[in-house]
Amino acid sequence: MIDIFLKAAFIENMVLAYFLGMCSYLAVSKTVKTAVGLGAAVIFVLAITMPINWLVYNYLLEPTTSIISGLVGTEMDLTFLRLILFIAVIAAMVQLVEMVIEKFSPALYISLGIFLPLITVNCAILGGSLFMVSREYALGEAVSFGIGSGVGFFLAIVAIAAIREKLRYSNVPPALRGLGIAFILTGLMGIAFMSLMGIDPAALTAGN
Amino acid sequence: MADTAVQEKDIAVKEPLFGKKERAIITDPLNDNNPITVQVLGICSALAVTTLVVPSLVMAVAVVFVCAFANLIISLLRNSMPKQVRMIVQLVVIAFLVTVVELVLKAFSFTVYKQLSVFIGLIITNCIVMGRLEAFAMANKPWRSFLDGLGNGLGYGGILIIVATLREVFGKGTFAGWKLIGGTPDYLINTADAGWGQMLFGWYANNGLMVLPAAAMFVIGILIWIQRSWNPKLVDIS
Repeated sequence: MIDIFLKAAFIENMVLAYFLGMCSYLAVSKTVKTAVGLGAAVIFVLAITMPINWLVYNYLLEPTTSIISGLVGTEMDLTFLRLILFIAVIAAMVQLVEMVIEKFSPALYISLGIFLPLITVNCAILGGSLFMVSREYALGEAVSFGIGSGVGFFLAIVAIAAIREKLRYSNVPPALRGLGIAFILTGLMGIAFMSLMGIDPAALTAGN
Repeated sequence: MADTAVQEKDIAVKEPLFGKKERAIITDPLNDNNPITVQVLGICSALAVTTLVVPSLVMAVAVVFVCAFANLIISLLRNSMPKQVRMIVQLVVIAFLVTVVELVLKAFSFTVYKQLSVFIGLIITNCIVMGRLEAFAMANKPWRSFLDGLGNGLGYGGILIIVATLREVFGKGTFAGWKLIGGTPDYLINTADAGWGQMLFGWYANNGLMVLPAAAMFVIGILIWIQRSWNPKLVDIS
């Protein structure tokens, strides 16, 4: 389980290896403070939606294990509904997180602004659920994968926000300023993260 | 009530099917208002598929389809939708269209379906679709919204195909599976010119960097650079 966490956070980082969640990653990474807030919200949403979507998929949609198959008596393959159900769960959870943050940390709520509802359409969240299905994780593994992906997103967005804060004092060619240089930086960070590729987390946690 | 009806009729008369404005709606997203390089929308689900040209083409067609029809449907529904639930309605419409695309692809081209894996599903969260719904379809008539969706889908697909072409040609030496450089080109094999082909194109060694996901970032970064050098009004001042 720890190896799935490590793999999701570092080796198969959502942002830097799969380019998921790119939109909010580029849009909210101008200052470290908002980046930290968004990163934390993403960890939270991923950690909640992953097990819920796991339950939805395995007990409502999967033909062999679903309750509906048991009720009807024949195997009902409803997996084609997974996109609609997953996105509905995610939208509901984001709404919930929004209300919780508004209650407990109004300052964070204001600074996150529009980006909180945008987590709904953050590809990293839906992508996590789809990867979970295609890799056939068990429930515990799904939770650890969710938290791992969230931590990976957090690391990536905080790192690029820090770089972009420093970058404000450097002399970048005008046409490359802002977006262009952010893309190239992300590419470089992706290459840096690739150096972790050869590590086998299963071997690490087994104590070899 | 009567007044607005008259006004709407007037506008309807003044709005030709393909007037200047309609053309602008389609061509604007191709350059000045490109969804990827200017609006920064929809980068998420796109970049991972651009290692090869064929899946990118399929992805581009899928996004054009989803974007255009989601815009059309939401624009038709826009007056009968309560504001509080609009996000969910939009998501359901998009998810429905994406499911259609997914099933069609699964039925007719299973290999491409496997290659694209989760990225077809991720069209749902493609910010272009959602962004255009919010920014355009909620406030405009169906036909124009349809054109706007079409234009944005094409602007996105165009960038996707440019990036995929560069990455496949320089990373694998092929274009849509056809050998171009780094050996005898496919169209010269078994012809009298095969030796020439080897001599002209054989020197190229595939650049492994271009196959990596990071290369997509570099290519898009450089595309943005080129576009903004041509088009200084897009330059980011901050």
